[in-house]
Amino acid sequence: MEKIKQAKLEDKIMTIVFYIVAGFFLILLLVFASYVIIKGFSGATSQMFTFTSKGVLNQLFNTIYLVLLSLLLSCPLGIGAGIYLAEYAKRGKLTETIQICIETLSSLPSIVVGLFGYLAFILMTGMKWNLFAGALAVSILCLPLITTTTFDAVRALPDYYRYGSMGLGATKWQTTYHVLIPSCMPRIVTGIILAAGRGFGEAAALLYTSGMSTDINWSNWNITSPLCPLNPFRPGETLSLHIWASFTEATAANAKDIANLSSAILMILVLMFNITVRIISKRIDERAGGGK
Amino acid sequence: MGDTSNIKFKIQDLNLFYNSFQALKSVNIEIEKNEITSLIGPSGCGKSTFLKTLNRMNDLVEGTKVEGSILMDGIDLYREMDAILLRRRVGMVFQQPNPFPKSVYDNVAYGPRIQGIKKKIELDDIVERSLKQAAIWDELKDRLYKSALGLSGGQQQRLCIARTLAVKPEVILMDEPTSALDPISTTKIEDLIIKLKEHYTIIIVTHNMQQAARVSDKTAFFLLGEAVEFGVTKELFSMPRDKRTEDYITGRFG
Repeated sequence: MEKIKQAKLEDKIMTIVFYIVAGFFLILLLVFASYVIIKGFSGATSQMFTFTSKGVLNQLFNTIYLVLLSLLLSCPLGIGAGIYLAEYAKRGKLTETIQICIETLSSLPSIVVGLFGYLAFILMTGMKWNLFAGALAVSILCLPLITTTTFDAVRALPDYYRYGSMGLGATKWQTTYHVLIPSCMPRIVTGIILAAGRGFGEAAALLYTSGMSTDINWSNWNITSPLCPLNPFRPGETLSLHIWASFTEATAANAKDIANLSSAILMILVLMFNITVRIISKRIDERAGGGK
Repeated sequence: MGDTSNIKFKIQDLNLFYNSFQALKSVNIEIEKNEITSLIGPSGCGKSTFLKTLNRMNDLVEGTKVEGSILMDGIDLYREMDAILLRRRVGMVFQQPNPFPKSVYDNVAYGPRIQGIKKKIELDDIVERSLKQAAIWDELKDRLYKSALGLSGGQQQRLCIARTLAVKPEVILMDEPTSALDPISTTKIEDLIIKLKEHYTIIIVTHNMQQAARVSDKTAFFLLGEAVEFGVTKELFSMPRDKRTEDYITGRFG
């Protein structure tokens, strides 16, 4: 009886400990987020909320545009590679090697990726800094994340889904496309969110690729013009680069305020992106009838 | 073909290897149309392996090698037939109820859809017919668009039977379909199996000898990869010819 009492006591204590740890992190997060956001907006002037060289909205647009471009590149590749490794690749030396390579890629320092991007996408192509090169560099960082989360998600599905589908005369691709992918969509989406988060926050990989200037004319919609907002082959400074540049290189008197506001906006952007994607993924899941 | 026309499967000298392990040894069995054949035997005796050769689900296991022949309506399954097409004619119900994480409707419509049926009216019709055939329409007709994962285990298994019926197979293979279910659900599924016999050839693997005795016309007893005895269920249980069969059904081992 003593043993049971002791076990129950331990159980209670551990429950409380876990609640405290969770609560601590929640509070930390809230304090941190509200500090950044309040500080950011308290020093803001109306001039900063403009699409000009003094404002930060151009950088905000560049950030979103760059992340979208890099997701457009890395999602099909990453999800495809993850599915290939999980379902199609024969287990053996080659597959193992590929997996080790991907893991290594995911721990590559971003400044190295940045330099590689500079070499491959700027020097070798002979172009100036451009958003697309930045998106490619960020894709290198996103790819392993999306690949591994997709791989883990597909691998974790029970075999009886596969047998159930194949047993009805479905081909391997039909099984993968109609049963396996929809079944692990929420987890794949998590991978995409993580990858996007990497893109939103990335600075080092973009220093020598997307460049640290931005010059957009919002009335110019000729996509081939270097001033057109949608032209991916123009220099495009993102918010995180802007924070760095404002702190280190800017000469404006209120550079610090600009950096603070950029941080706040970046934080809100990431938060809104996560929430939106979660809602969309839940909708898809419900429409497919995957929820209970 | 004469009197062989009533035979659905003719299995001749079937050997099956998982790498170097021989799971089936020279199996010779003839399975008749519109009959229920049950496969019994202790764990690891090869009965499930044998079942899976009939729709070539064993192809999915790496390192499987099959020798000998299985003729379905006189055609060799392994040499003259495509595995995908075969599985549309020989459906399978698994031990663990395995509905997809989709709605009830989408589960049943899955098979017809992958065969290219897209018209809503046609699919509606198939879904209703299949669920009725599986005796679960009344329970599910108001929740067709809710997730199948919210159903009870017994309902899920009958849904899986409906899903199999939706592709209009000729044969239904069942791999211990009630071993994960409670007694009431088990009775419902047994009743269903007997009802389905009218239109389908059914082969069922079971751990439960009473179940074999209750539902099946013929029974095969497997031991260590061998089909030791095969015959009319009543005779096999009352007057087994082989000593090993007798030992097993009287509970001396297994």
